[in-house]
Amino acid sequence: MSSSELPSSSELSNIPEPDEFMRVVHKPPRKGWMDTPVEFKRGTYCFPGKAKNLKILDMPNPREWSPTDEDWKLPENWKEIIREGFKDRLEKYRSFKLFMDICVRCGACADKCHFFIGSGDPKNMPVLRAELLRSVYRNDFTTAGKLLGRLAGARELTEDVIKEWFYYFYQCTECRRCSVFCPYGIDTAEITMMGRELLHLLGLGINWAMEPVANCFRTGNHLGIRPHGFKDTLEFFADDIENVTGIRIDVPLNKKGAEILFVVPSGDYFGDPGTYTCMGYMMLFHELGIDYTWSTYASEGGNFGLFTSHEMIKRLNAKIYTEAKRLGVKWILGGECGHMWRVMHQYMDTMNGPADFLEEPVSPITGTKFENAKSTKMVHIMEFTADLIRHNKLRLDLGRNDDLIVTFHDSCNPARAMGIFEEPRYVIRNVCNHFYDMPEGTIREQTFCCGGGAGLGTDENLDMRLRGGFPRGNAVRYVQEKYGVNRLACMCAIDRATLIPLCDYWAPGVLVTGIHEMVANALIMKGEKERTINLRGEPLPGSKNQSSVVSHRNWRQADRRLETGREGE
Amino acid sequence: MALWFSLFAVVILTFVVFMGVEMGKLQVLFGVIIPYAALAIFIVGVISRVLRWARSPVPFRITTTCGQQKSLPWIKSNNIESPHNTMGVIVRMALEVLLFRSLFRNTKVELRNDPRLVYGGAKWLWLAGLAFHWSFLVILIRHLRFFTEPVPRLVGLFAGIDGVFEIGVPALYISGLIMLVSVTYLFLRRVFIPQVRYISLAADYFPLFLIIGVGLSGLLMRHFFKVDLLKVKELVMGLVSFHPVVPTGIGIPFYIHLFLVSVLLVYFPFSKLMHLTGVFFSPTRNLANNNRVKRHINPWDYPVKVHTYEEYEDEFRDRMKEAGIPVEKE
Repeated sequence: MSSSELPSSSELSNIPEPDEFMRVVHKPPRKGWMDTPVEFKRGTYCFPGKAKNLKILDMPNPREWSPTDEDWKLPENWKEIIREGFKDRLEKYRSFKLFMDICVRCGACADKCHFFIGSGDPKNMPVLRAELLRSVYRNDFTTAGKLLGRLAGARELTEDVIKEWFYYFYQCTECRRCSVFCPYGIDTAEITMMGRELLHLLGLGINWAMEPVANCFRTGNHLGIRPHGFKDTLEFFADDIENVTGIRIDVPLNKKGAEILFVVPSGDYFGDPGTYTCMGYMMLFHELGIDYTWSTYASEGGNFGLFTSHEMIKRLNAKIYTEAKRLGVKWILGGECGHMWRVMHQYMDTMNGPADFLEEPVSPITGTKFENAKSTKMVHIMEFTADLIRHNKLRLDLGRNDDLIVTFHDSCNPARAMGIFEEPRYVIRNVCNHFYDMPEGTIREQTFCCGGGAGLGTDENLDMRLRGGFPRGNAVRYVQEKYGVNRLACMCAIDRATLIPLCDYWAPGVLVTGIHEMVANALIMKGEKERTINLRGEPLPGSKNQSSVVSHRNWRQADRRLETGREGE
Repeated sequence: MALWFSLFAVVILTFVVFMGVEMGKLQVLFGVIIPYAALAIFIVGVISRVLRWARSPVPFRITTTCGQQKSLPWIKSNNIESPHNTMGVIVRMALEVLLFRSLFRNTKVELRNDPRLVYGGAKWLWLAGLAFHWSFLVILIRHLRFFTEPVPRLVGLFAGIDGVFEIGVPALYISGLIMLVSVTYLFLRRVFIPQVRYISLAADYFPLFLIIGVGLSGLLMRHFFKVDLLKVKELVMGLVSFHPVVPTGIGIPFYIHLFLVSVLLVYFPFSKLMHLTGVFFSPTRNLANNNRVKRHINPWDYPVKVHTYEEYEDEFRDRMKEAGIPVEKE
């Protein structure tokens, strides 16, 4: 897909050149933050959640409204609702109570946030973002706040405060980078999640999160792709794979008694370049003869509930275990996805478990027991593939990826809420010849967000996204200039969408790829024809141009959009 | 504003005790009643705050992972930054509490014009924080000689090492110097770093001034006003044995020192100073990264409304059959 076809290209043209765009002042204004009301600037906030989506989910106060309106149509007793909601969450979450109390405002987190670095807005310092909530907490729940008021950093809850919450809690991608540096491990993601939960009590959310949540609830995936559309999509992939390899592969769907249920983020089968990674999975499983199944009902691993509320995480994620049970599989394998893995790794077992109807995962190919997943029974595809390569189960031709000079973006959640650093790098190093990491301090646990996580990857928000994506883009640019990097690998569906405009803007010439796309391109399959093109229909290094195939693929894509049975707006 | 208010508050407190002892002869109030009350408030306050935290459960295991997870046997995992067992958690917590591990990671980012980001180390905050807390601890231990009879050898040893440079008579304690220098740095960075000044509240300046006041009054009475330490010990031992006595002739600097310490004790449980105990409760640091190995239980878990497979199939059954996707009900 060329960059001119990107949906955000028109928005992108409104953004000034980088040197002008980044004239950011990090020095705060003279006026104190409590006296600076929020200002909704175009390109920095997301559109509000539509009433129809809230109704599908039985969420409170569904109505049409806009953040730029004076009146947000809050319920009559909104103050009481917030106070009760606050109290309830303080009692339920030790993290929340503790993080309200023990911050010493040392400022170590301030310049760790990509939104602060990129925007200079002091309220994007994680410490101050938390103070937005803490000030109200002190006012309503602490002795010092009640006695000393503003001196103790307390302030009255007003509609302006609510507006500020909405603006800044949707200017945080819950990436947890600040939490790495905090001497007490205060986690802004936790604070933002609570803030968003409180806002939802008043019917305040963003549509780019609420629409996927509503879709996922009803159709099983964010995009609202219905079962037959899902099947068509995967069949198209099989056609494309046949085109590239000459091999026809099966698409097992809702198959009872399969050994493995395979779950991916819907971005993998809907949008390029995730689609190539999706084909990659299919080719890998076919080559190994793995007995697996997709599910149309659990056709989404990603979980926009994570951007909504703890309850919503649970409501959406429940599908995966119930479907695993219905189909009678032994264990679950999960695709390349960031937020999904925060949920799978840190929430799934607690919320939707115990998964006592499943067996401890064992690789059918190598016999490796995945002991690190013995309770949840869900394995990350990178753990699975790294194990395959380690046991020499794959025949790989690295030369087919020789036109790629690759760097790797650690997605926030797999990095800071899971710790999966070596597996993807091991796989990448074994499927291509040219790999260079970005500089220390921008990778692994200190990785920078793409700027579009936690529901902010939408186009009306592009100005802020590119600002937030600047530290990541800057690091990509660095390895591009130093090593000639032209491919940014990542294992996250949101990244695969958001890093494209980010690279176009900050490091033009670097394209984005999933890891299993590279795996599949290097994979030598039994009975394949001579491979002359890669999954994108581009000529493999050393072979002649195949332009006819490229146009065929583009036609296929247009076709697929028409035929997937997506719900119209 | 917040800064001046805090400074003013500490000055006023000093003035109050000065007048109280000098004019009002309230030695009993400032030497016995207030310290007892302050200690009681401190103990009850800290315990109740800790219990308040403990009352709230930890519904999810939300470890911040700062190192490689334990997964495949041939991949070296990092059991300190991403602990997979209790031992790892203990080591991680010990590093956090004793050496401020996370703060040690601190970096500084600078935006250059072209535009480019440049990262540098930023260890001063870590160093000052560590120096301040450790010297404070040494000073506390040293003070035990006023609270014990006979004085344990270890406490004497501490004081000996602390005064090893034998600068002046009585020897200047290095810990006192380090504490004052580091706490001054912590204050100055709050004033001179614009972002930190912007986020600072009275609640941030007040304890700094209070601690500077405690340190200075301690230093003054040791080196300049020469308070009669035997009498001080007599008073303190009286407090410790619950037979309070107030010897005459202890200088005013002592009462200032004692009163500011009392204020610090009272202020402690109601303030950010509770990070002392709070750090141990932090769920992102004190939990193992073993979520997929061991199920974490949420005590308040409740059933939620889901969209069942049956509801899903009812809606799409015809389409599914048409597409050849297996269904439960024909």
